Amino acid sequence: MTAATATAAMPQDPVLILGALSDVGRALARVYAGAGYPLMLAARRAERLEADVTDITLRYGVVVRAVEFDVLDTAAHVGFLDGLGSLPGIAICVVGLLGQQSAAEKSWTQADVILRTNYLGPACVLGEIANRMEARGSGCIIGVGSVAGDRGRASNYLYGSAKAGFAALLSGLRNRLSRSGVQVVTVKPGFIDTAMTRGMKLPKALTAQPEEIALGIRAAQIGGRDVVYLRPIWRWIMLIIRLIPERVFKRLKL
Amino acid sequence: MTEISLSGWGRLPVAACRLLVPGTAAAVIAEAKGETSLIARGNGRAYGDAALNRAATLSTLKLDRLLAFDPISGVLTAEAGLLLSDLLALFAPRGWFPPVTPGTRFVTLGGMLAADVHGKNHHRDGSFGEHVLGFELLCGDGERRRCSPRENPELFHATIGGMGLTGIVMNLTLRLRRIESSWMVQETLRCRDLDEALAGFAASESWTYSVAWIDCLARGRDRGRAVLYRGEHAGRDATLEGQAVPAAPPRRKPTLRVPVDLPGWVLNGTAMAAFNALYYQRARPGGAFIDIETFFYPLDAITAWNRIYGRRGFLQYQCVVPLEGGRDALLALLEITSRARAGSFLAVLKQFGARGSGLLSFPMPGYTLALDFPATAEIFALLQQLDLVVAACGGRLYLAKDARMGADLMRDSYSNLDRFRDVCREVDPDQRFRSLLSERLHLR
Repeated sequence: MTAATATAAMPQDPVLILGALSDVGRALARVYAGAGYPLMLAARRAERLEADVTDITLRYGVVVRAVEFDVLDTAAHVGFLDGLGSLPGIAICVVGLLGQQSAAEKSWTQADVILRTNYLGPACVLGEIANRMEARGSGCIIGVGSVAGDRGRASNYLYGSAKAGFAALLSGLRNRLSRSGVQVVTVKPGFIDTAMTRGMKLPKALTAQPEEIALGIRAAQIGGRDVVYLRPIWRWIMLIIRLIPERVFKRLKL
Repeated sequence: MTEISLSGWGRLPVAACRLLVPGTAAAVIAEAKGETSLIARGNGRAYGDAALNRAATLSTLKLDRLLAFDPISGVLTAEAGLLLSDLLALFAPRGWFPPVTPGTRFVTLGGMLAADVHGKNHHRDGSFGEHVLGFELLCGDGERRRCSPRENPELFHATIGGMGLTGIVMNLTLRLRRIESSWMVQETLRCRDLDEALAGFAASESWTYSVAWIDCLARGRDRGRAVLYRGEHAGRDATLEGQAVPAAPPRRKPTLRVPVDLPGWVLNGTAMAAFNALYYQRARPGGAFIDIETFFYPLDAITAWNRIYGRRGFLQYQCVVPLEGGRDALLALLEITSRARAGSFLAVLKQFGARGSGLLSFPMPGYTLALDFPATAEIFALLQQLDLVVAACGGRLYLAKDARMGADLMRDSYSNLDRFRDVCREVDPDQRFRSLLSERLHLR
C-alpha cells in the first residue's frame, strides 16, 4: 500500500495543525474541516483560537479543539502529543518566523529564536509524531517550509538556512518512513499574502493567497506528492536560482 | 507599511492608500487605535470613493468568522467581513437565505450594513438594515458600543447606511429567511414602454422579488421599454406548468473572466443599442424554474466584469425618484441618456417600498433607476443634467454607487444629514472616521 492510499480515506482521524493562528494555518483549518475532518488546532496562547473554533464548528459541523502548543518548548512536545488523546491522521506544521535578518545578524538571541522556531522546534515535534505514526503504520506529515531554503541569500539567510535544514529533515523522514505507510510532504511556498509579508512589495503574479496555499497542500496530500512548490512556477524559478554559479550568485542582489 | 492602489468597483477614483489588514477583532482594536484618519473597507464593491482613505484603509476581509447561529430562529451573528457568497454557500443548502441581497454576492455583511443595501424585494421587505437585530461598533472615541433598536438607537440608525463613518462594525446579528429549495420560480414580462413597465411593477406587488432591465437607449415609441422579472423562492412542492421543482440542487456554473481591460471603443453607442434591441427581443415571456445564482447574481458569473469599461473606469448613476412625478422624471432621464447615446446595456429599474430607518439610507417610496456609463470626459456634464432632473423631483443618488455628485445635491436631498453629523460627532469628536466620499460630500 502506498502512503497516499493509506491516508486518503480516513476523515474520522483528526488533522493536527501546528501554528493554527497563522494565515495559512487558518486557511488549512477551513479546507480540512470543509472536507469533513475533525481538527486539533495548536498554537501558543491557544485561547486566541476561540473564535476560530466557533467559526469552524458553525461552518462545517466538525469537532474542533484548540490546544496549547509552544514550538520552542521542545521538552514539552512529548507531553503535548500525549495530551492530544489520539494520534492525528494528518499532522501539518505551518510554524514559521521570518524575523528581521539585519537585526538578527547582530543579535544572537534573535538569531536563536529564528533558527529554533523554523528548524529545531518543528524537527523535534515532527520527529516525535513520526515515531508514533511509524509505530501505528499510517499517517501523513506535512511540513511547510519555504523557497528561501533552496539557496541562501543575504536578505534572509538565517530564516532560509533553518528552512533548508527543515527541508533536509523532511527528506530524511520521508526516506525513513517510506516503507511504514507514512506519507511525508514537503511544501515550499513562494510569496504568500500574509501578516508575515505585509508591507513588502511582492510581485502579484507570484504571490498566492493563504486559501490557495491551503488548497494546494490538500491536493498534494491527496495526490501523494513528495515535494511541492506553491505556486508551481516557483519550482522553475528556484531551479534557475540554484543553477546560477556561486561566483556569479555571490555578487547578485536578490 | 506600504501604500497600495485602491479603488471602488467603478475603478474611479484610484487612490494610494495605506492598507491595514487585521486578522482578529483584537487586532482591529489595536491597529485602529493609533490612526487619526481611517475608514473600514469590505470587499471594495461600492463603486466610487466610499471605502478609500489614503491615511488608513482598514480591510475587514480577514474578519469573517461565524460567531453564533440559532438553527431554530435563523438568527446569525458573524464578524463584519463575512462575504455574502460564503454565507450563501454555507446556509442556502441548510434552507436559509439572506433577508435582503444586492445584485452581487461578493460583498461583506459590514458593507451591506454601511450602504444599507436593497434588493429585488425592497417593496416588500425593505432594505438590509431592517433585518439587522444589532451590531458591535468600534467608535472614534475608542469605545466599543452595542447598537440595536433599543441600545444606542440613534447610533444604530446612523450606522445603517452611514457608509462606515460612525466607526468599524466588528460583528453583526441578523435574521435569515427560510427557503425550501435553491430554486426560484421566475416570471418574465415584456413591457413595450415605460408606462407598461411601471404598470408591471404595480401588478407585481404581491411578488416577493421584482426588477426590470430597461433599454436606456431606445427612443421614440420604444422609450423605456423593459423586461420585468418577478420571482419567488420555489417551495418544496412547487410546480410550473405540470413540472415539479428540480430535485437536485443547481449545478455550479462555470465563471468567465474578463482577462484584460477592453479598449474604450468596444462599448460604442451603436453596439450597445444593437445589444439592447437584441436583449429585448430575445426575452421570452412566461414562467421558469431558475437557480438562485442566475436570478440574483447574473453578473457574478463574469469575474471582473468592470474591466469591460477599460482602464478609464466607469460610473454608475443610481437615483431614486418619488412616486409622485416619478414617471415624468424617469422619462426625462431616459430622454437625456438616449439622446446622448451614452448609456450602456446595464440599466435597471425597480420600484421601492417604504423608507428605511437609516439616517442616510438611500431608498424611499418611488422608482430607482441605475445606469452605467464609461467614464469619458463628456459624461460628467451629462450626469449633471441628470442631477437637475433628480433634484427637481425630490429624488436622490445612492452613495454606494456615487463617485462624483456635489456636496450641494447631497445636502439638499438627504434631509437627515445634520442629525447624522450630530451622532457622528458624539462618538467621534476628533473626526477620525473619514473617507474620500465623506470629504467630497461633507458628511462629517
